[in-house]
Amino acid sequence: MITLATRAGSAPKRVLPGFGLSLGISLMFISLVLLLPLTGLFGQLAGLSLAEYWAIITEGRVVASYTVTIGAAAVAALVNGAFGLLLAWVLVRYEFPGKRLLDALMDLPFALPTAVAGITLATLYSSNGWMGRLLEPLGFQVAYTWVGIALAMAFTSIPFVVRTVQPVLEDLPHEVDEAALTLGASDGTAFRRVILPHLWPALVTGTGLAFVRSLGEFGAIIFIAGNMPYETEITALMIFVKLQEYDYAGASAIASVVLFVSLALLLVINIWQGRFIKRLHGGAG
Amino acid sequence: MQRIGDAPRVRRLLVFLALAFSALFLLLPLVAIFAQAFTQGVGVFWANVSNEYTVAAIGLTLFIALLTIPVCLVFGVALAWLVTRFNFPGRRILQTLIDIPFAVSPVVAGLIYLLLYGRTGWLGSWLDGYDIQLMFAWPGILMVTIFVTCPFVARELIPLMQAQGSREEEAAVTLGAPGWTVFRRVTLPNIRWALLYGVILTNARAVGEFGAVSVVSGAIRGQTNTLPLHLEQLYQDYNTVGAFASASLLAFIALLTLVAKASLEWRAARREVHA
Repeated sequence: MITLATRAGSAPKRVLPGFGLSLGISLMFISLVLLLPLTGLFGQLAGLSLAEYWAIITEGRVVASYTVTIGAAAVAALVNGAFGLLLAWVLVRYEFPGKRLLDALMDLPFALPTAVAGITLATLYSSNGWMGRLLEPLGFQVAYTWVGIALAMAFTSIPFVVRTVQPVLEDLPHEVDEAALTLGASDGTAFRRVILPHLWPALVTGTGLAFVRSLGEFGAIIFIAGNMPYETEITALMIFVKLQEYDYAGASAIASVVLFVSLALLLVINIWQGRFIKRLHGGAG
Repeated sequence: MQRIGDAPRVRRLLVFLALAFSALFLLLPLVAIFAQAFTQGVGVFWANVSNEYTVAAIGLTLFIALLTIPVCLVFGVALAWLVTRFNFPGRRILQTLIDIPFAVSPVVAGLIYLLLYGRTGWLGSWLDGYDIQLMFAWPGILMVTIFVTCPFVARELIPLMQAQGSREEEAAVTLGAPGWTVFRRVTLPNIRWALLYGVILTNARAVGEFGAVSVVSGAIRGQTNTLPLHLEQLYQDYNTVGAFASASLLAFIALLTLVAKASLEWRAARREVHA
């Protein structure tokens, strides 16, 4: 009866104040800061014919930059997937001296400005840097090659994997381990068959986020990349180069590709994550 | 109780791998920043840091961060209050929109602002008529910095406020407390640490932003150069020690950020144990 009465009334009464104010501030901010600037991009793009747009985004040097960016980001994401899983595992499962320091260190790439990371990695891996001096005699050239680009991408994005996998691993009940081990599975088999199925949605999400971040990264990469046309130019740099030539239309066209790809990937990751969470809750309830 | 991977041999191997990887991949760069900054001694480091252009860059960087934080704070609290305390159509869309700055490449972020507010943009050309120039000046740097940092406070608050629920606030309202009092006396004490951490993250990103700022700043030495842009110029001029002197200041802020995060988490964990 009571529910009926409220439903029959005008709208359900909101107990807490501040709906109008917080809605007003949020909408104004999102419109002015996030959405309004996008109109500038679309305005610039509207001045291009479809043929011109296509010509810009499929120009040889630009296409080469897609290949470099996507290839290096994929390698960086895979390396991060493996090492991020290892780091999350070690941080959750084992006790050892220096564990809290290691845990704090995981956030360094997020806290450290990208330009600082960029000049540091470039200096470390150049031929007279601490790492370059060791690696170059062995035939590994890192600075000014795509390996350097992948390295810089991996550095800036590894916290995504660690911090996405870590909480899921922490919430995994002891019984999961015990069940597998009592049934006589070896460590390797138990991990692969029992732990990994629980972890891999988080692992895919974290690796995906790391990949998206790598696609757009700029500051950490340009110093170590060498920026040779067709070889070590990333797409974000192509936008920057076009801007310096005052080619706003060209910069906008390439930026629209980058923007579309990263927003689409983010959407896919969000949907994927939503489905996974729903399944998890469905299983628990 | 035996758990997977508990065998001493496996454990030792994995811990060793994790430590070796982190030392080489994360710790070594951090050490290198300070080593490079001090290669020619404290005197040269100090000369670089107290250089007129470096001081101007530090000043601008702090000025931008100081203006960015309150804006992000008001927005973050308002958005978190909105999406965790009320149910309305479009709530999920708002939460997705707020992630845009994280997905957008910093260079693209700078570009969209330049296209709108630059001389050729529709808003920029209108402002130009009134002799207002936002791009290649500090307001432009401030605007893109707000763009790239605005999700942090909201992202820290939303999960926490969702988990805490609104019962305490509803009780306070039922007892007749006015809205602001409820916020100040009930909500704020519950969220203050998350709020603080959001501010710390906002600050870290605001002082360190490079890609977006480099598009809109014009990088005029002593005028529109933030610290990250300044160190880039020094590095390109082959003044490595000077570049790393500036870099070490930013790395120091990053270290403070990590310490703050670790101690806030430790505090939260301790409270959980006591509760």
